[in-house]
Amino acid sequence: MSSLRSPLGRVAGLGAARGGVHHWWLQRLTSIALVPLTVWFVVSLLSLPSLDHATVTGWMAQGWTAVLLIVLVLVACWHSQLGVRVVVEDYVHAPGTKTLTLVLVTFAHALLALAGAFAVLKVAFGAAR
Amino acid sequence: MRTRPLSPHLSVYRMSRYTMVTSIFNRFTGLGLSIGLLLLIWWLMAAASGARAYEHAQRVLALGIFKVLYAALIVAFCYHLVAGIRHLVWDTGHGLERSQSQRSAWIVVLVSILLIAGLGYWLLAGRGHAP
Repeated sequence: MSSLRSPLGRVAGLGAARGGVHHWWLQRLTSIALVPLTVWFVVSLLSLPSLDHATVTGWMAQGWTAVLLIVLVLVACWHSQLGVRVVVEDYVHAPGTKTLTLVLVTFAHALLALAGAFAVLKVAFGAAR
Repeated sequence: MRTRPLSPHLSVYRMSRYTMVTSIFNRFTGLGLSIGLLLLIWWLMAAASGARAYEHAQRVLALGIFKVLYAALIVAFCYHLVAGIRHLVWDTGHGLERSQSQRSAWIVVLVSILLIAGLGYWLLAGRGHAP
């Protein structure tokens, strides 16, 4: 016997695609980034004198606040997508439903990420009155 | 095709073990924070849509049901943050022995309770404004 792979396995072409640690690594990268980002966000938000429109948009429009908020939104959406994906893969077993759920989860996170970044930019460029 | 057992086999774990509970609670709080993320983006979009849209959003966000959600999100955030840092420590190869992970499970619970209490105190006593 020249190969340990079963004939069925060879036909299906399944096996390592050298992507084994990709998901794991991205989950770690986004985790590390989210530790300071989320702490900064919570502390900044709670430190605002009020949460009315003028105060919040004034805060959001500050240069570094806008940049950090966009980074936070993008990284948090990415991290959330990676996490929810694993939950779906673990608990949704019907093949069709699983694929459909994964597609919807990915689309929803992409939409959220873009909406969040757009909202911060709109405020930062003074177009939210 | 024969039905084969799938991972994770929830029925084989001893749920009374706190290391198991701390692990599943990390996933559970993560899902909760995804819902919080939805709320955050909605709030940001409201702020970007002008003062009137924002005031409308603020009235909705001040409803009682959202206050329950904020409390849950604070618990979820504190726990997921501390439990996540425990995972990052594990990734360096440290603390993987059974006795060490049992001890760090307790540390995670204690530290997150302290964080929750601190944040709650800051919100309720320090500042009057709820989102």
